[in-house]
Amino acid sequence: MNRRDARLRDESGARDKLGLGTALRTWGLRHAQVFFYSLGQLWRTPLSLLMTATVIGIALALPTGLHVLLQNAQRLSDGWDGAAKISVFFGLPTLESQVRKVQTDIQQLPEVANVVFISREQALSEFKQQSGFGEALNALTENPLPQVLVVSPKSSTEPTALDQLVERLRALPQVEYVQLDRQWVKRLFAIMAIASRGIDILGGMLALGVVLVIGNTIRLAIQNRREEIVVIKLIGGTDAFIRRPFLYTGFWYGLAGGIMALVFIDGAIALLSGPVERLAGLYHTPFRLYYLDLITITQLLGVSIGLGWMGSWLAVGRHLRAIEPR
Amino acid sequence: MIQFINASKRYPSGFDALLNVSFELQAGEFAFLTGHSGAGKSTLLKLIALLERTSRGQVIVNGQNTQKISRRRIPYYRRNIGFIFQDHQLLFDRSVFDNVALPLIIAGLPPREIGRRVRAALDKVGLLSKEKSSPITLSGGEQQRVGIARAVVNKPAVLLADEPTGNLDPELSLEIMQIFEQFRQVGVSVLIASHDWDLIRRLGHRVLTLKTGRLIADTQGVT
Repeated sequence: MNRRDARLRDESGARDKLGLGTALRTWGLRHAQVFFYSLGQLWRTPLSLLMTATVIGIALALPTGLHVLLQNAQRLSDGWDGAAKISVFFGLPTLESQVRKVQTDIQQLPEVANVVFISREQALSEFKQQSGFGEALNALTENPLPQVLVVSPKSSTEPTALDQLVERLRALPQVEYVQLDRQWVKRLFAIMAIASRGIDILGGMLALGVVLVIGNTIRLAIQNRREEIVVIKLIGGTDAFIRRPFLYTGFWYGLAGGIMALVFIDGAIALLSGPVERLAGLYHTPFRLYYLDLITITQLLGVSIGLGWMGSWLAVGRHLRAIEPR
Repeated sequence: MIQFINASKRYPSGFDALLNVSFELQAGEFAFLTGHSGAGKSTLLKLIALLERTSRGQVIVNGQNTQKISRRRIPYYRRNIGFIFQDHQLLFDRSVFDNVALPLIIAGLPPREIGRRVRAALDKVGLLSKEKSSPITLSGGEQQRVGIARAVVNKPAVLLADEPTGNLDPELSLEIMQIFEQFRQVGVSVLIASHDWDLIRRLGHRVLTLKTGRLIADTQGVT
């Protein structure tokens, strides 16, 4: 901040001893003027602005759009984690009445949606039907299958609460083994984590692309205004003064590109949502695609403006020194 | 105001554009810098405006040793020097007013003050009625006067001009010189590079003559 103060003093105080208040006000006014002047300059060539913004928009829409799809998928699978079922196996000598009593106890727990009792006979006949070992099983003199309670937790249950529930069930008398059936959910999450990392990498590369696109656009703008830069340097313009309109131009490119990306993403979601809802209907789930929320929109625009600023900063830093009056 | 002490300029190619030049120009003094093309006139002006750095010796302007001014400080230093070019270096994408206002915008003056000073400068060069025109619609002499207005608008202590009348006929040239004369009268040091001998003789000011980078004559005016 000290350097900026010093510069403010330099710019105003070198010639006329203006009050700091006047100097600050003039400085702010000058910034506002350059801010809108640079927009006006871009507005004069709408087609080239539109094309640059579209390139930036596509580059930003790709990773952001994939991110949104992934978020949607996570929203969908969040329900599945809660829908994991817990199988509680009882020791063979346990009486059915004892199991029934445990069933009503479990039913009382707040995290539990419902509990289904499967008797040894039921289990055996199901197993005969589904395993295809029907004949072989007939050879058994004794039913080897235990009694089972299948516990469905409420779908809103957090993963940690689910683990606690499993621990509690394990501690119950006569319970021999408790199995939480969510291995596949964990695998799904692992896959999604990989997808998420992949999108981050893609996003990083495309962000670099955006910086270079804007840098190149600004480089051309600098070359077009070479004459003006020379004159400004001749009559005592500081580097900051010369840099300012280009930085604001970068800002506008970033903002325009970000808005373009928003249009692309929400457009794509609108196109996809119909078929997705039809598919969800076939699975009897009320799932629907979510559009970008306010936080994501703010982040997208912020990142996009930041990249625009960075790109023009790099271009200006590299090319401004090369232009010196001779 | 301007003091050269054994100042030399050697370009990286090995060419000596100026060799051991020494002279002093007082505040409010008017001098011509003359010599054939390639004698070092432009280089001398560039050393004062810090468009080039001295290789040896010293150039002291307004009490400041120009060698000691860092790159970062150059813009602030240049605001105290008005520079007028043969090709006037106006920006054709904006009005006369905006061209003249540029040094004040750079210096960060408030808008009201800018309007007042730009009109005062345009008035001095007789172009007040043209403030809204585009420089491209003006005649050569008028364009040069806009260049002068821009050079003097922030009241510099030193006015440098490199062949300011190079493209003008004798009558217009004299007009331009009379404008410079006015600034000298208010205490500005004026140094004009020119090889228009007729004009120089007619005005009768101090003349510094350069030949292949050396100062070979320094004749006081005879008015």
